Amino acid sequence: MSPADLLRRLLWVIPTLFGVAVIVFVLLRVVPGDPVAMMIPPGASMADVDNLRALYGLDRPIVVQFGAWLADVARGNFGTSISLRQNVMKLVLGRLPATLELCLCAIVLAVTLGLLLGVAAVHWRRRWPETVVDGFAGLGIAIPDFLWGLLFILVLGVLWPVLPVSGRIDPRIAFEPATQFYAVEALFTGRFDVLGELLAHMLLPAAALALPLAASLARVVKASLAEAMNQDYVMLVRAKGYSRARIIWRVALRNALIPAVTLTGVQFTFLVGGTVLIETIFSYPGIGNLAIAAVMQRDLPLIQGLVLTFAVLFIAINLAVDATYALLDPRVGAP
Amino acid sequence: MSPVLAIRDLHLEIDAQPILRSVALSIAAGEICGLVGESGAGKTMVGRVLLGLQPENARVSAAEVRFEGRDLRGLSARAREQMLGRDIALIPQNPMTALNPVARIEPQMTDVLRMHLGLGRAAARERAIGLLEDVRIREPGRVLRQFPHELSGGMRQRILIAIAFACRPRLIVADEPTTALDVTVQKQILRLLKELQTAYATAILFITHDLGVVAKLCDTVSVMQGGRIVEAASAAMLFASPAHAYTRALLASTPRHDRPGDSLKPIPTALTAQLRSEAAALPGPVPGARAW
Amino acid sequence: MNARNRARFGGAFLLLLAVLAIAAPLIAPHDPLEQDLLSTFRPPVWMEHGSAMFLLGTDSLGRDVLSRLIFGARAAITVAVVAAVLAGLLGTALGLLAGFFGGRIDTAISRLVEIWMAFPPVLLSIVLAAVLGAGLHTVVIAIVVIDWTRFCRVIRAEVLVQKSRDYVASALTIGLGPVAILRSEIAPNVAPLFVTLLSLEMGIAIVVEAVLSFAGLSVANDTATWGSMIQEGRQFVRQAWWLMALPMACIIVSVLATQALGDGVRELADPLMRRSKR
Repeated sequence: MSPADLLRRLLWVIPTLFGVAVIVFVLLRVVPGDPVAMMIPPGASMADVDNLRALYGLDRPIVVQFGAWLADVARGNFGTSISLRQNVMKLVLGRLPATLELCLCAIVLAVTLGLLLGVAAVHWRRRWPETVVDGFAGLGIAIPDFLWGLLFILVLGVLWPVLPVSGRIDPRIAFEPATQFYAVEALFTGRFDVLGELLAHMLLPAAALALPLAASLARVVKASLAEAMNQDYVMLVRAKGYSRARIIWRVALRNALIPAVTLTGVQFTFLVGGTVLIETIFSYPGIGNLAIAAVMQRDLPLIQGLVLTFAVLFIAINLAVDATYALLDPRVGAP
Repeated sequence: MSPVLAIRDLHLEIDAQPILRSVALSIAAGEICGLVGESGAGKTMVGRVLLGLQPENARVSAAEVRFEGRDLRGLSARAREQMLGRDIALIPQNPMTALNPVARIEPQMTDVLRMHLGLGRAAARERAIGLLEDVRIREPGRVLRQFPHELSGGMRQRILIAIAFACRPRLIVADEPTTALDVTVQKQILRLLKELQTAYATAILFITHDLGVVAKLCDTVSVMQGGRIVEAASAAMLFASPAHAYTRALLASTPRHDRPGDSLKPIPTALTAQLRSEAAALPGPVPGARAW
Repeated sequence: MNARNRARFGGAFLLLLAVLAIAAPLIAPHDPLEQDLLSTFRPPVWMEHGSAMFLLGTDSLGRDVLSRLIFGARAAITVAVVAAVLAGLLGTALGLLAGFFGGRIDTAISRLVEIWMAFPPVLLSIVLAAVLGAGLHTVVIAIVVIDWTRFCRVIRAEVLVQKSRDYVASALTIGLGPVAILRSEIAPNVAPLFVTLLSLEMGIAIVVEAVLSFAGLSVANDTATWGSMIQEGRQFVRQAWWLMALPMACIIVSVLATQALGDGVRELADPLMRRSKR
């Protein structure tokens, strides 16, 4: 991608975000049902409702409300959470690091697993590893992260309890981090006991998030690698005396990576979206968990802030993926 | 003198379909042996079998495949990998697709030098520059840093030739090395190939469908048809007095610069029948010939 | 399994599920809502303390799990069929419009899809369900609103491919109108793709129902759905793991069946429609 392309893509972010903001707003205000009715606890009086309405400016015309909200958002002010009585921005930023660490863990797991399985299927073509990989890919793609999460809890948390299935860290551990990036901090302050503990808590939720992506990655890597193995340039390196492993790792894989990167990019957003459920299932304190709680509490400002946060994450990931092509394929952006 | 390469009774079939039948070839050191035939005759497959690059589902057997006296049948994958690129090299058919598109030229040239000759990075680079100079590429230092898509087809074919000669192999399989190039570039490439071949006394198995090229370049010629070799002779003999009817037909179907005005003749149908009956009379794989 | 058998397996299982759903009152051994507080948390019959009265055991209120699963198939099939068909029709219509007419219509629809894709789908469906209130119709609406983009994107891409084919070009030259071309040339080629997507969407719909139940947003408590059974079972997973495992198994097998059907149809249609066989 040339710098001009990148700039154009960056500029497109603004209208896309604006569209997202409009839809979030419309969804919560215009769809049948009164947002205040969503917010009030059962048994509130009419006066309470009117007070609340005035408090959140909901008695003003919808366009005015939208304008006011947008102006606030542009200034980084997402309002105050109704249920937690805290600044939405602060709440979201406090929880975001936990989610980012979980997503990072999941993506590393997915890419490693997907790559290794895809390569193994090609390396041992027409032997049992290929069958195993095909079976794994079929299951992994069909079963969504939500069900994997429940399955892990059932099997590895209850029937054969080997790993923790709740929370981010054991509260009994003495660890007073300065930031919310627990794992990063533990790594840099040399607290490897804490890091191990964090990873143990992250393993099952991360695996649940990672499996569908790992499965489709394995399938794509296998297909594109097998195709690359039939190319003329592979014939030449075979004639140069490369071993099969060397051909795969040094030559074919790099050519096969482009579809894999595309897929990872597209699916990474699904993975991040999946945190909403997975964090709730595993009581993991990230923004996904917060989002479900916000919906259940009918916490309008918090929901809006979180949906926008996710949208920004999604858009950022897509941009990063596009930028990665240029690194992988020298022909992209060449005349 | 014993030949660099000797093949006897080479059979190859894919899905019970015979592709090569009783192929025999002998190439002396420093000699260019042309392997001609129409497309589909199996010439490319002969080259691939030699390099052990036949398709995975191909079944191969031979009474003899000897390279410098060494039996290539049943060679372990490791031993073959050590030999390929060092003793036997390939010049591939299509220079546009034969180089790894995502790697620079340098690693694609130095890999053989480092793998087979154990050169270090700097020494290999120096040697690669020398090789590029040998194939008349200007600014070799710059070319090494470029990607294949930044170079012309003729340049890429020169690079591929340089790669093939990199380890001074005794045998090069050149698989239609000029077919994909412009006519003017073709001539330069062939001249270059001949020059290097003479300088290093390398034997070449030159696979082509172009009899004109064979006449100019080759010492001996084998004519292939339907997966078998119908005639093998010295180039001079073959063009002066072709023995087999198919060779005569092939020669007649080729335009001749020395006899302008001659009309081209298609291969006569009567000949096809003869070829079929000859092929049917060919023996199958020799019992006891070792499977590859 | 080859494509034909996979399609058969998937189709047969879904058919069985449909029969169970329709004939649920006839097949289920108990009333799914009937509580028996004297026999709660009964394990399935093959486990210790299991009883033939309750083949798959009972839940925390002593309700028969097997009967609830059978009635749960009703909700699952209803949601799956209605939501998938509606999402499919909406998405396909927009995809055909965008792909066939191109230009501004295409730009508008594609841009809309892009904005839609910037939302986390799960969160969006949960927010929608929260706004609309609990109920199966909510589940259906949430799925349609979110998943029409799947159909739209794929169908648009396919129409673009078809449009570039010679037979469409020749249909244009002999003066067929857009409707005639859509009907005679494009629709038959897009149809297998639609069936595949529809089948996959049914699996997704079943999962979305479970997800919304999980967030407490699917249906009122007096209807048995697989999702609500999972959600209830989750609270007792350490006492009675099968309460969660059994409805999960139902969902997983159903999802695999829709996948098998979808994949099978695609593979069967593929060599005829598009790529030549490898």
